[in-house]
Amino acid sequence: MTYSVPDVPGESPAKSDLGEASNVWPMWEIFVRQTRGLAHVHVGSLHAADAETALQNARDVYTRRQEGVSLWAVPSVEIVASDPDETDSLFEVNTKPYRDATAYNIPDEVGHM
Amino acid sequence: MALQDQAEFDAVIAADDKIEPTDWMPDGYRKTLIRQIGQHAHSEIIGMQPEGNWISRAPTLHRKAILIAKVQDEGGHGLYLYSAAETLGVTRDQLVAALHAGSHKYSSIFNYPTLNWADIGTIGWLVDGAAITNQVMLSRSSYGPYSRAMVRICKEESFHQRQGYELLIRLCEGSSEQKAMSQDSIDRWWWPALMMFGPHDSDSTHSAESTAWKIKRVSNDDLRQQFVDATVPQADYLGLHIPDPDLVWNEERGHYDFGPIDWEEFWQVVKGNGPLNRERLDHKRAAWDDGAWVREAAVAHAEKQAAREFESRRTA
Repeated sequence: MTYSVPDVPGESPAKSDLGEASNVWPMWEIFVRQTRGLAHVHVGSLHAADAETALQNARDVYTRRQEGVSLWAVPSVEIVASDPDETDSLFEVNTKPYRDATAYNIPDEVGHM
Repeated sequence: MALQDQAEFDAVIAADDKIEPTDWMPDGYRKTLIRQIGQHAHSEIIGMQPEGNWISRAPTLHRKAILIAKVQDEGGHGLYLYSAAETLGVTRDQLVAALHAGSHKYSSIFNYPTLNWADIGTIGWLVDGAAITNQVMLSRSSYGPYSRAMVRICKEESFHQRQGYELLIRLCEGSSEQKAMSQDSIDRWWWPALMMFGPHDSDSTHSAESTAWKIKRVSNDDLRQQFVDATVPQADYLGLHIPDPDLVWNEERGHYDFGPIDWEEFWQVVKGNGPLNRERLDHKRAAWDDGAWVREAAVAHAEKQAAREFESRRTA
């Protein structure tokens, strides 16, 4: 279900100030392994009081339909993220074509390589 | 590289690329998304009530199992959406508090009552059908976390719509009472379903900005037309009559023409004067208050376990 509810004409729009930030339960990042042999992949986040209930909640929120065979729950605060401003130093821009297999011409008669 | 300023933001929007949480974005874009994703999440959560009303009275175990699964999905959709909203710098508790205080609204469709069993079919077919029309569009929305949540939700909504339509097929094949029950249901839900797409484009306060930002990709009226065109043949198949004397195929336009929507009713329900506005919010607030001890107990348990673990490590 969805729908963006319009403001009532003449009524002052909903306050953008939502009050003080607080969360009763910490946030966890959830990863699901789709099948044995594949890596766990991030599927989303949720709130839970502890690790045990994080896994139980993950089961309710993210695995209602044969999504996989294994779950990871990781406290969101434990995720170390790279600084977006340092993207250039962490990810190679395309200045080193010699690192790619396609940079090398192999004659057709050699066959697949 | 995260976006740094308006120019970079504009370039990403123009290129049909996605905005991600760490990017620079205009305040208005952030506020619009918090409001829209928040209200979308609230709609999923409040939307559990009209259908939950029938779980204990489902006619067979099979239908009861389907309905439980569907209501559970709606709860899940609410949670994915709250998570998407949280990437914009609000907390779950702030959003829930805004719903409880009435400063955030939810879709007006859920302020209508589910009076008979056929309503469970009609909600899946029409209400979820209208929602899918909207949500397929939103899966192309410019904000990455919102668009990703939509992809997952659309997959599950498809089950919702199909089970509802199939429920109505069974009823319409049944006794004359069952068919009459189905007709009564579409008579009550047709117009509110059309209202779900919001005011006409000419009267829509948020549309222009949302369209420029590519949060919204298709106008209210175009989505509504798309929904009517898809739904009329489905009603015909069921042998049900759509309660609109002006509904007619327009060969020239290649679309169905339909009659005027009662916008007075629409605004009354948005303002809080619909059949069940008060009950829905009272029920939601009561459930939150009744669950307070569970939330507190879970935190107390987690703290006790952590303290025990600390103690056992210290003495080991």
